[in-house]
Amino acid sequence: MKKIVKRYRVFLIVLAIMLVITLFNYDLGINAFGVTGYSLKEMILVIPPVFVLLGLLDIWVPRETMIKYMGEDSGLKGIILAFFIGSAAAGPLYGAFPIAAVFMKKGVKFSNIMIFIGAWSTTKIPMFLFEMASMGAKFAITRLLIDIPGIIIIAFILSAVMKEDEIKKIYESAEHFDD
Amino acid sequence: MNIALYVVAGILLVFSFYKDQKKTKMALKKAWKAFENILPEFLVVILLVGLLLAIMNPEMISSIIGDKSGWFGVILAAVIGSITLIPGFVAFPMTALLLDGGAGYMQIGAFISTLMMVGIVTMPVEIKYFGKKLTIYRNLLAFLFSFVVALVIGVVMSR
Repeated sequence: MKKIVKRYRVFLIVLAIMLVITLFNYDLGINAFGVTGYSLKEMILVIPPVFVLLGLLDIWVPRETMIKYMGEDSGLKGIILAFFIGSAAAGPLYGAFPIAAVFMKKGVKFSNIMIFIGAWSTTKIPMFLFEMASMGAKFAITRLLIDIPGIIIIAFILSAVMKEDEIKKIYESAEHFDD
Repeated sequence: MNIALYVVAGILLVFSFYKDQKKTKMALKKAWKAFENILPEFLVVILLVGLLLAIMNPEMISSIIGDKSGWFGVILAAVIGSITLIPGFVAFPMTALLLDGGAGYMQIGAFISTLMMVGIVTMPVEIKYFGKKLTIYRNLLAFLFSFVVALVIGVVMSR
């Protein structure tokens, strides 16, 4: 029980703050809980398949296969795969982080993981189609064309600024994401 | 979109179960553990999203970046995009409306870019997986990159 309270401490504090806000500004508070309810619904809808896929990936795909296709020496093939997997995704960015953890566990190269995160955040195919429909093809395509090199450049800068032992530490903690 | 995700996960799950029941149970157990591990952070993010969106509703956002022009408007748009978290299918119709309401392409480009790539409220989740340093650097670089996006969008769309 104590452990649970400790783990959910921040959640409980933020919840209390929101309740206090609701006391002082009823409309704002109700509105905030309304949006939270909406996001919760979105999370409940998106999260189960994402985590099931992550579990299956972890169990069925051998580390050697992942290293071969997306590991240190995967080169252009790894970059393209990272882009493709990230772009085929659905759901908010926070869904990408647990999958990135499995990738790390499986020996996927650091820069490819950063490309995967970048692609998931901004070049998702379903979103692109939606953007075309509401903002026009010129806007959507321009943004896509600038985002692709941007994501790669950001991934390489991040690989350069992170020291080897720092990256190693992140990979080690990824081993325990399902403890 | 969600349906496709469910169909793929469902088919793979059935296939996995058919091939090896024990392994499938292990996979589901891992899935649950991974989820339960991050649940506290998820819940915090969801509360923050609710609070921020209640304060920064579309009317408020359009009043801030709607009629402003130039780089000051772009910076404001980028900051607002960084702290809000709106699903794309809500965001794009909204930005289309903002455009009609007089916002410039540069501001909209910066807003969409940071909205998707920079996540201040999702930082608790990101830090849990990637640590503080990488999270801050990634968000900072994505924030700066959004000005490049704004510039390019501004140039291309004005022609």
